[in-house]
Amino acid sequence: MQQEAPIIDVDNLTTAFGTHVVHQDLNLKIFPKEILSLVGGSGSGKTTLLRQILGLDRPRAGVVSVFGRPVHDYVGAERIALTRRWGMLFQAGALFSALPVFDNIALPLREMHNLPEDLIREVVLMRLSWMGMTARDAALMPSDLSGGMIKRVALARALALDPELLFLDEPTAGLDPQRSDEFVELIRALHRELGFTVVMVTHDLDTIAALSTRVAVLAEKKVLVEGTLEEVMKVKHPFLDAFFHGERAVRAFGVANPKEAKHGKS
Amino acid sequence: MALPSPPETPKESEASDALVSVRATADAVNKASCVQVQGERCVLTGNWNVQALAVKGEVRKRRQALETAKTSTAWDLSDIGLLDAVGAQLLWQYWDQKIPPGTALSSGQQALFEILADHPIEEALPKGPTDWLSWLRAIGVGLFVALEHGQKLLLLLGGFVLDFAKFVVHPLRGPWREISAQIYRVGTQALGITALVGFLIGVVLSYLSAQQLALFGAGQFIVKLLGIATVRELGPVLAAILVAGRSGSSITAQIGVMRVTQELDAMQVMGISHGQRLILPRVIALAIAMPLLVLWTDAVALFGGMIAAKLELGLSLQWFFAELPDAVGITNYKISLIKGVTFGIWIALIACHFGLRIEPNTESLGRGTTASVVTAITGVILIDALYAILFNEMGI
Repeated sequence: MQQEAPIIDVDNLTTAFGTHVVHQDLNLKIFPKEILSLVGGSGSGKTTLLRQILGLDRPRAGVVSVFGRPVHDYVGAERIALTRRWGMLFQAGALFSALPVFDNIALPLREMHNLPEDLIREVVLMRLSWMGMTARDAALMPSDLSGGMIKRVALARALALDPELLFLDEPTAGLDPQRSDEFVELIRALHRELGFTVVMVTHDLDTIAALSTRVAVLAEKKVLVEGTLEEVMKVKHPFLDAFFHGERAVRAFGVANPKEAKHGKS
Repeated sequence: MALPSPPETPKESEASDALVSVRATADAVNKASCVQVQGERCVLTGNWNVQALAVKGEVRKRRQALETAKTSTAWDLSDIGLLDAVGAQLLWQYWDQKIPPGTALSSGQQALFEILADHPIEEALPKGPTDWLSWLRAIGVGLFVALEHGQKLLLLLGGFVLDFAKFVVHPLRGPWREISAQIYRVGTQALGITALVGFLIGVVLSYLSAQQLALFGAGQFIVKLLGIATVRELGPVLAAILVAGRSGSSITAQIGVMRVTQELDAMQVMGISHGQRLILPRVIALAIAMPLLVLWTDAVALFGGMIAAKLELGLSLQWFFAELPDAVGITNYKISLIKGVTFGIWIALIACHFGLRIEPNTESLGRGTTASVVTAITGVILIDALYAILFNEMGI
């Protein structure tokens, strides 16, 4: 379907901690400009897969390629150049607790060196303004922020360098429905304008439905199904049945079974 | 009612072409000038993304060029390779926060500037007025903080005494398992390092004094000199300094992390008192383990001294050993034990005090741990000086 070269290529990945095998010969390709949702039960290795793609863990077998090269082949200056092309929103924000909001967002910009401080200031305030925050919030410390604000500051930091690749780990977990909707809207707008690639781990059916162009389901240590949401929902599997056709799904999608309800007409 | 349709992948749009480098953003070509003024027109070329701008002197160069081009009436951005929000923000300053009429933009660039227009930034970060008397204020604050530390420590000690009384009345309800675990951690696991340091200090002390004593032919007095110095002073202080650095810091960090991870709050919600479960076992464990460690350090240091004395003065180990009880009375050991107990309680209380004060951020954790160790060691030396006055001439 997609002709372009994949931006991320996970090839026969096996991840294991001791004797506990998380991924077994997992394959996944992610193409430029798509929004891919990684779905799976707790402990199915979604976050671990993200960590593998980011090069934080080493695979036991197989290769993870990012921008056409194995992620562990980037060393020294190349690795730094690579890290400037991606941004990650960690599940708990991972804001630097010793730095105020402003410095948290300014840090990746300052790490570029040679950017004048007044430009950095404007860029940081611009990002904050995108997130619906004010210059007054910039002086707050991370410990003074609410959960939703932490997520927004963390997203602003992940976006600081206009990355081509954005990783979101549970972006809407812990947000109230309204904030969650705003967050989804924000990502959608930014994606439309900036055209980055998004890899997103989430349990939130609304977020999946609203954002993803493709869904990959992790179960049984591999990618069980991948495709558009409609395609994935048609597949028969106990986990998928429970996940997409359970009570929560009915509430989220408004239909019990898409096959019967002729889903797809919005 | 049905599923909301996912957003279109903007594969075709110019937006993404302009903004996303497919390959090698880093080796962006920097031409001689990215701003070319042609009469009334200003043509922008090259890359205007963060990678291109982060080259040394690049922003300054472009700003100067933009300054001269400011009066241009027609802007042409269609030759720009890559434009991102940082580059757009740079242009935005020279455009007075609006797109000049007659600007040639791709739709993606247009969209980007519209986002900027929709989200105006506030001009200045609010700044407080300059405080000329801040140094005076700092002294005052320091004074009050010190007072508050004293008050909190006193409360902590009081709380410990009450908890200990409860523990004595209902010993079966006491946190025995925790106490035993702590004794193992602060005592047993510290045996190696205290032995090593004690032995070396014993050797050094004995070696140096042996040389001096040999000058006067008073070699046999080394037993008394070494015995008194080690048992009364060096053993307790050495062990206390090592334990403060080792266990004091670990207790502070552990309680501090419990604050960061909200475990302390969880305990409070479950009605488990910090005093009973955190402070009491640690103070009791150190009060038990510390004197034992002091005795252990004394013994190893004396052993090191014996060996050095044998090598330097030729005094046999048996003779040294036989002389020891006469030279160092039992009183000295009692003083040593009392010091051990006091130092143990002091180190544990200080460590818990600073641990409980840690705020949920990493910097506070680092600062708290440092303050805990420094205060504990300084306190140990102060208490030692007090005891030196108190036990003056006793047992010598």
